[in-house]
Amino acid sequence: MKSINLITWPTIGYLLGGAGLTCLLVAGGLGLGLGLGLGLAALQVYGPRRAAALVGLYAWFFRGVPILVLMFLFHFGLVSWLEELVRACFNYRLRIPALASAVVVLGLCSGAYQSQIFRGAMLSIPAGQFRAARALGLTGTQAILSIILPQALRLSIPAWSNEYSILLKDSAIAYVIGVTEIMARFKAVASTNYQYLLMYSLAGLVYYFLTAVGVRLLLSLYDRVRWPGLAERAD
Amino acid sequence: MTEPVLEVSHISKSCGGRLILDDVSLSLNKGELKVLIGPSGGGKSTLLQCIHFLQTPDAGEIILEGRPASDMGRRHINVFRRQIGMIFQDFNLFDHLTAEHNVAIALRKVKKQSRAQALNRAREELARVGLADKGDLYPAQLSGGQKQRVSIARALAMDPKVMLLDEPTSALDPELIGEVLKVIADLSQSGMTMLMATHQIGFARHLTSEIIFMEAGRITESGPPAELLSTCGLSRAAGFCAKLNQLMGRG
Repeated sequence: MKSINLITWPTIGYLLGGAGLTCLLVAGGLGLGLGLGLGLAALQVYGPRRAAALVGLYAWFFRGVPILVLMFLFHFGLVSWLEELVRACFNYRLRIPALASAVVVLGLCSGAYQSQIFRGAMLSIPAGQFRAARALGLTGTQAILSIILPQALRLSIPAWSNEYSILLKDSAIAYVIGVTEIMARFKAVASTNYQYLLMYSLAGLVYYFLTAVGVRLLLSLYDRVRWPGLAERAD
Repeated sequence: MTEPVLEVSHISKSCGGRLILDDVSLSLNKGELKVLIGPSGGGKSTLLQCIHFLQTPDAGEIILEGRPASDMGRRHINVFRRQIGMIFQDFNLFDHLTAEHNVAIALRKVKKQSRAQALNRAREELARVGLADKGDLYPAQLSGGQKQRVSIARALAMDPKVMLLDEPTSALDPELIGEVLKVIADLSQSGMTMLMATHQIGFARHLTSEIIFMEAGRITESGPPAELLSTCGLSRAAGFCAKLNQLMGRG
């Protein structure tokens, strides 16, 4: 039975390692995007008009340029240039791993999308609640942190689970700058055992599995933190 | 003569080139309830919001217990604000918090009380407005009248020196108005100083020391209810009230 040898235990370990790297990419990208998105949204909604305009520009740029282009631009353009600069100035061989570059690019992109998710959620909290909080003596920052954000965050979870599933699939693009995540490893295995149909189907299945599990978890989180009166999820 | 708790002195405010408040002055002594009436768009809400600096007046001065707000500077406006309770027409409860926590949150964030201390006080205030058993409910689970009573409890918990009420019953079903008015009447009897914009003339007539009629950004008439309303449609205010009473079926 030749087919039994197609995928050996070490191979399975290698492939699962790829899934681990993908999870790292997603966690890093989503985490960075979350911080960035929240800050940008707050700036766009509550900040001075000029800052809001800059945030809008940022969001348009990262929503308007393909991630593939951004990956090349960042890793082979900016990062290489930075490494050169550090070597020239400090005589130090700085190496920024492709994984780090990929996380930053995914994070910057996701931040742009997430800022728009959070902006919508913040704007949907009735302005009267902010006014009431100020009337009770809370500062603007306190009102945002303890009245607006707790509601906006919970409200955002369904849209955010969408962002998770998109970013998970976008993370496959990290393959092009040399991150050996799921896609890269399945391709490597396929090119040794020539089972392209099987290997790429399996790769697809792994992505599907990660998406399904993650989205399911996020939606059950939504159910758990939903307050009476907040819409039940529609799925 | 005691010094007034709240003095509003020559407040003006315009918005988009339109004068909304035109040189408005009034004062409230301790324990007094004064009522603002007049047609919508006359400046009642704007006046209340200016007193609370939710809108900044263009000119004039707000004096609380002899201390002008302008002395406090913009940075201490929060200190000024929390001495004045504000009740809104549409309650503005925090939707994600239970009734108890709606009342407790400002105690914790502004007065830096512990969670237990704040919740204790919240339960006390809820009991005071007749909602002792509703503390665990969320706004969506309360009726309009109950929501407004929670918002009154929320304001009371901050120990305000004055309460401003902006049409507290206008968003309520007729059968729910009574419970809110009763809470307000009790408050007034217990000595709370209040300024209330309302269309509830019948209610105002019995409790208030002075009715202030506002129209087009100015106080056009004011006086004790008996005096102001007895001129039988001669004055603008009495005419307005007669119309309101007619609407309410008490014509």
